[in-house]
Amino acid sequence: RQLRRNGGGGADGDDSLYPIAVLIDELRNEDVQLRLNSIKKLSTIALALGVERTRTELLPFLTDTIYDEDEVLLALAEQLGNFTMLVGGPEYVHCLLPPLESLATVEETVVRDKAVESLRKISQEHSPVDLEVHFEPLVKRLASGDWFTSRTSACGLFSVCYPRVSSTVKAEIRQHFRTLCSDDTPMVRRAAASKLGEFAKVLELDYVKSDIISLFTALASDEQDSVRLLAVEACVSIATLLPQEDLESLVMPTLRQAAEDKSWRVRYMVADKFSETFVSLQMYLCFNCIHSVLTIWLSDLCLLCPVSEQELVSDTNQHVKSALASVIMGLSTILGKDNTIEHLLPLFLAQLKDECPEVRLNIISNLDCVNEVIGIRQLSQSLLPAIVELAEDAKWRVRLAIIEYMPLLAGQLGVEFFDEKLNTLCMAWLIDHVYAIREAATCNLMKLVEKFGAEWAQNTIVPKVLGMANDPNYLHRMTTLFCINALSEACGQDITTKQMLPVVLKMSNDQVANVRFNVAKSLQKIGPVLDSNALQTEVKPVLEKLATDTDMDVKYFAQEAISGKHFTLINVNKLKMAIIKSEMHFNLLVFTVLVLA
Amino acid sequence: MTKKSHTVNVPDLVSGIHSVFCPFSADIISTVEFNYSGDLLATGDKGGRVVIFQHEQESKNRPQLRGEYNVYSTFQSHEPEFDYLKSLEIEEKINKIRWLPQQNAAHFLLSTNDKTIKLWKISERDKRAEGYNLKDEDGRLRDPFRITSLRVPVLMPMDLMVEASPRRIFANAHTYHINSISVNSDHETYLSADDLRINLWHLEITDRSFNIVDIKPANMEELTEVITAAECHPLQCNVFVYSSSKGTIRLCDMRAAALCDRHSKFFEEPEDPSSRSFFSEIISSISDVKFSHSGRYMMTRDYLSVKVWDLNMENRPVETYQVHEYLRSKLCSLYENDCIFDKFECCWNGSDSAIMTGSYNNFFRMFDRNTRRDITLEASRESSKPRATLKPRKVSTGGKRKKDEISVDSLDFNKKILHTAWHPKDNVIAVAATNNLYIFQDKIN
Repeated sequence: RQLRRNGGGGADGDDSLYPIAVLIDELRNEDVQLRLNSIKKLSTIALALGVERTRTELLPFLTDTIYDEDEVLLALAEQLGNFTMLVGGPEYVHCLLPPLESLATVEETVVRDKAVESLRKISQEHSPVDLEVHFEPLVKRLASGDWFTSRTSACGLFSVCYPRVSSTVKAEIRQHFRTLCSDDTPMVRRAAASKLGEFAKVLELDYVKSDIISLFTALASDEQDSVRLLAVEACVSIATLLPQEDLESLVMPTLRQAAEDKSWRVRYMVADKFSETFVSLQMYLCFNCIHSVLTIWLSDLCLLCPVSEQELVSDTNQHVKSALASVIMGLSTILGKDNTIEHLLPLFLAQLKDECPEVRLNIISNLDCVNEVIGIRQLSQSLLPAIVELAEDAKWRVRLAIIEYMPLLAGQLGVEFFDEKLNTLCMAWLIDHVYAIREAATCNLMKLVEKFGAEWAQNTIVPKVLGMANDPNYLHRMTTLFCINALSEACGQDITTKQMLPVVLKMSNDQVANVRFNVAKSLQKIGPVLDSNALQTEVKPVLEKLATDTDMDVKYFAQEAISGKHFTLINVNKLKMAIIKSEMHFNLLVFTVLVLA
Repeated sequence: MTKKSHTVNVPDLVSGIHSVFCPFSADIISTVEFNYSGDLLATGDKGGRVVIFQHEQESKNRPQLRGEYNVYSTFQSHEPEFDYLKSLEIEEKINKIRWLPQQNAAHFLLSTNDKTIKLWKISERDKRAEGYNLKDEDGRLRDPFRITSLRVPVLMPMDLMVEASPRRIFANAHTYHINSISVNSDHETYLSADDLRINLWHLEITDRSFNIVDIKPANMEELTEVITAAECHPLQCNVFVYSSSKGTIRLCDMRAAALCDRHSKFFEEPEDPSSRSFFSEIISSISDVKFSHSGRYMMTRDYLSVKVWDLNMENRPVETYQVHEYLRSKLCSLYENDCIFDKFECCWNGSDSAIMTGSYNNFFRMFDRNTRRDITLEASRESSKPRATLKPRKVSTGGKRKKDEISVDSLDFNKKILHTAWHPKDNVIAVAATNNLYIFQDKIN
């Protein structure tokens, strides 16, 4: 407030002006960083100058600074979007248009986009009259500019001013948009295509039918595939706007054509947007096109089979396949049982055998949709080998991914099937040589128990887990503890106290210190699940004994458990794990780590 | 781009005024390229410099003249570098320059040396901000405690200044030497080709490019051919061609797959067994390939001839023009002095009705495709005074040398014209003869 008064008037030698003077001078400093800094404090400068001088001096100067570095221009474009109050409120907001207009024509896309974003923002602050007097002429100027940079920027501005102008101006705007859709340069057509859906949303339904559809059709058959694929994206929003009866005649032919496009990029885009589009289209319409579309895509898939043996797997197929795999499963609910078995089943059986793990994962992760339609028995025969193969994949990240799908699969397949086929896999992961896998496997067990219940856990999981407590490998013994940590809550007090606790307590005598301090941690963890009697009579003595352990970590965690603090030395623990893996002498190293820490 | 249709009468074309530039006597021009409008002409040289010439508007007192081309901007595009890992020197020589379609008031071009492609912006500035708060007009500092009011800088007109600024650097994508760059008609991508690979770039992304062609065999001893040139189709954004050292051209369609190791068309002329010799393979190597502006044809240059191919006919060219057939008997000595490996370029005129390519002894050749007439002209300071008409040259091929003819033996093989460019609309040509640039234009009657 102080600044505003002084800046406008000019009191004698006010030292509060000095920092502002520096900021203004640094707008032209040779150092980009200082210029950037000044631009970021533009609001401070404007505040000091007052609204009048900001409008008449600062903005004209800024309008001509488009020679500057991109990052400075970007910051300027962003600042100007929030400048309304600094130029005197909505009444004067149009003063911001000239600098933003010149920023909207620079060659750097990020700067232009930011300028357009700011223009869109301040368009809302224009009164309807100002919008027609100042804003709309600017849009027209940009739209008919000599260089395509200005015309691309114009594409993003139509939709914000259209709803708020008179009907004659509306007609002009539609005409401008039409012109840009058939612009000579592909850059402009791409910009128009990407804004087509957005513009359609603000148009009256009649004009959507008369104007937008023809533009959409034209852009979707553009000679440049980079334009065609953007038109496909617009399809989704156009489809939501049209009444059912028009979809078949107005949108479907174009969509069908795009799905059969010669360019893999366009087909990829359709595959990518497939379910999104088809949700907005009516179900029954899909049947008409699904055959042709799937045939084309099937050929994309089939390309792979003979070719793969000849080491010529083109990445095209892989992209199309991955995208397709992720949406194809969603189709089964739309298609119904018979169509699914006839058209889709062969497709995803082929994909389940795909050599690319990503494709197989995409199929498995969406299995529930198919399950609902055709039932699991039908799938299980071909599904199982694929899962087993993934589960034993040499890459641990692939194994990790499949573990994450296990609870989902278990839910889909049911207890019986799971016990029969997948249980052994889940247990095998517990003794995987990669820690991340063992950790995920533990977490997986917990989720399975949550799904199938404590009784199931007691019969199938718990005995196996507890069995590992006697394993000669101390890493496996620790896995037992981790499992108990994870399972205790899901299994409930009874199982925890009667079956798990004795094992944990027994392990407190383990010769490896790591196991012992994990016992302490486990006891702390399962404490809340246990009844107070067990806590006092069984847990406490053991913890007290551990608190006098020779190893300082065991001591520490035992004390932690006794005092009941929920505090763990995660970092130290992780470091320890890493060191254990490197198979060096244990106790000595723990000592080193602690010293270092 | 609008195309004027005009018939070209070859002898008339170059009879006319020309200007001579010799801006850097020691440096050999390594590439010449007009921009899309023809108003700017860029040259690159062995010293890594780029010189841009601008077409001056026609002057009133000399109405018979089209405007001349004067130096507009000069900048150092590439510097010599050293690859410490491979212990290789990287020359600063500009291998190719390609203009981008104009997108705003500034002009943009891509320039490349053997390894690194750079995007340059050439812009004009005619205003300067004036007025500081902490300094006087003459630069003296003011007492910071005696500032009584704030001054906002004011923009004042100044002499026109042309600035060239590097906008992007596309590096580290080529193991071998880059021989071609070509901007795609979608205006957002371009390709770059080296001896064994072709990469596709997005003009706004420097840290990633896609390898679309890779002909490197697993075992380098099995290497039989290299990529010599590549170009994007002028209208179809999905089509590009590349030529090989075996004299073949492959056309690829990027719609079919992201990797274009498999071509969709293969252009090759069957070899004439009667003319087979030790040098056959060397002289059939294609040194340049250029699409016609219409996109219907492409032209290839090999050591002795220029061939025009119809994209719809793969088994032989539709037209073949002999550039300097008289050298066929001298291939042995040309092999010894390495001239046989010279890479001549070729270019189309704006309406695709005539083509031009270089030769030795500062000669360059033009062929009219309609009349099948051809002409040899010389770019030299002695024989072509400014604003004088160029005289056709003849090399004697028969036994007896006529008057005005030059014998094959007296040709100077050190004076070679490798790089030429034709204005996209008008009959203005630029010819680089070692370190001189000649600009010729047809006479206005």
